[in-house]
Amino acid sequence: MAYNPGDIRGKVAIVGAIDAASATGVLGVSERDLEVQMVKGALDNAGLKVSDVDGLFGTGMMMPTMELAEHLGITPRYTDSTMTGGSSFEVHVQHAALAIAAGMCEVAVVFFASTPRARGKGLGDMSAMMGMLDPQNPMPMIEWEIPYGNIMPAGAYALAASRHMALYGTTSEQLAQIAVSTRQWATKNPNARYQEPLTIEEVLSSPMVATPLHRLDCCLVTDGAGAVVLTTAERAKHLKQKPVYVLGAGTAHDHSMMISQMPDICTTPGVISGQQAYKMAGITPKDVNVLETYDSFTITVALALEDLGFCKKGEAGAFVADGRLGPGGALPTNTNGGGLSYTHPGMYGMFLLVEAVRQVSRQAGPRQVDNVNIAVAHGCGGVLSCTSTLVLGSEDAL
Amino acid sequence: MSRMLMGTSRVAEPFWEATKEKVLRLPFCKDCGKAHHYPRNFCPYCHGSNLEWREASGLGTIYAVTVCHKAGLPTMSAQVPYAVALVDLAEGPRMMTNITGLQDAHTAKVGDKVKVAWEEAGGGKHLPVFQLA
Repeated sequence: MAYNPGDIRGKVAIVGAIDAASATGVLGVSERDLEVQMVKGALDNAGLKVSDVDGLFGTGMMMPTMELAEHLGITPRYTDSTMTGGSSFEVHVQHAALAIAAGMCEVAVVFFASTPRARGKGLGDMSAMMGMLDPQNPMPMIEWEIPYGNIMPAGAYALAASRHMALYGTTSEQLAQIAVSTRQWATKNPNARYQEPLTIEEVLSSPMVATPLHRLDCCLVTDGAGAVVLTTAERAKHLKQKPVYVLGAGTAHDHSMMISQMPDICTTPGVISGQQAYKMAGITPKDVNVLETYDSFTITVALALEDLGFCKKGEAGAFVADGRLGPGGALPTNTNGGGLSYTHPGMYGMFLLVEAVRQVSRQAGPRQVDNVNIAVAHGCGGVLSCTSTLVLGSEDAL
Repeated sequence: MSRMLMGTSRVAEPFWEATKEKVLRLPFCKDCGKAHHYPRNFCPYCHGSNLEWREASGLGTIYAVTVCHKAGLPTMSAQVPYAVALVDLAEGPRMMTNITGLQDAHTAKVGDKVKVAWEEAGGGKHLPVFQLA
């Protein structure tokens, strides 16, 4: 059957959005309670009620949508707990748009909560992996990567940065500029973990974690939570906020958690997901007013700028050098302060989604960018493994 | 140094058995001719299952390299800082490894030629690492 983007483009809108994070990095609320707060908060932002929800999308350890639905006492007729790491929430919006456009559900909620600070840092992830260990049939990563002691995930991104530098002459100063521009946005966000201005020198003098990535090239570890609500374009017209239409969506992945299996370490599947999203939306990168892109590390942003077509492959270093991504720059990027300075609870995709919605619906407060009609939210999960690109637009962009 | 393996798979038994003799062995596809890594029961390029284990040259080129300034594994804390690399083997496959035998871990660069070396990994097995050629 022929795929007709017009069947989906602009047919579904995000009508509610909320997130939670703290300048201390700690929220002090359980994950389940945070999920409930976020679901109710996003619905309240939209002017809808929990009883309106008939589609539920989320991530978690076992059966996350079933567990939350049981807790809320609702009976969704559409459910999706696709797990692609930090890009899961962009994938959920893509899937929710398809489901709503097809009439499979009408009011969908995408939820997320994670409190790594409450769990404590350290070997949590490693222990979880050890728990999955069958000595006769280990996960490939345990057999082929873990024995070499790479720092995860920073070391995987450092490998990508090392090759980008060797091939294209990208410098540590250029990568640091991404952290500096992002911090400029964080000064406008009272919930950001770091709100003081930052200099390139401060990034370069922060401790090296995995060469060439310094500590300030790396995202935070904080608690955080959020939710968004989607419904039909028709119903969206009668709700509280300006609808934020899903104009385009695309997802692609190649490897999973092993960076050694990535076909080209300097080219992410964002090339594919971005093109698919642009084609569906009928836009080019030049049409994008605000970019919210996954910034687990500074190199993650550099690769996304290239793969999404904002500059050519290898040119991201020069592209960001003039502060283009910061306030007043030509491409306002990660306007909430990003995973580098605002919050990063292990999976960041919910927050770039919420910020894109706020920018398009004029709810971004002191960091509102003027005349935003098209925003791109670009998630990246695993280790540069699964990208999901959303083009979101105002009524004027329909 | 002695290294820790946390599990080896049945499909890779010929790989790990060969490391007892410090031999690097790879699965080759007899249909399309390509070698692959990590080992699977089929060829990830043509998806045939007509595989054969062959000895590899042990030569390669650094595709990407980082220096870890803290230990990614508790057992490697005494080695910090150490180099972790992706090496493109002469036979085609890419593997994660360490670059060892360096005075300064930062010496290894993308594009450097390397050759396999071996570190004891228990049970007579060895873990393949690489040194500058």
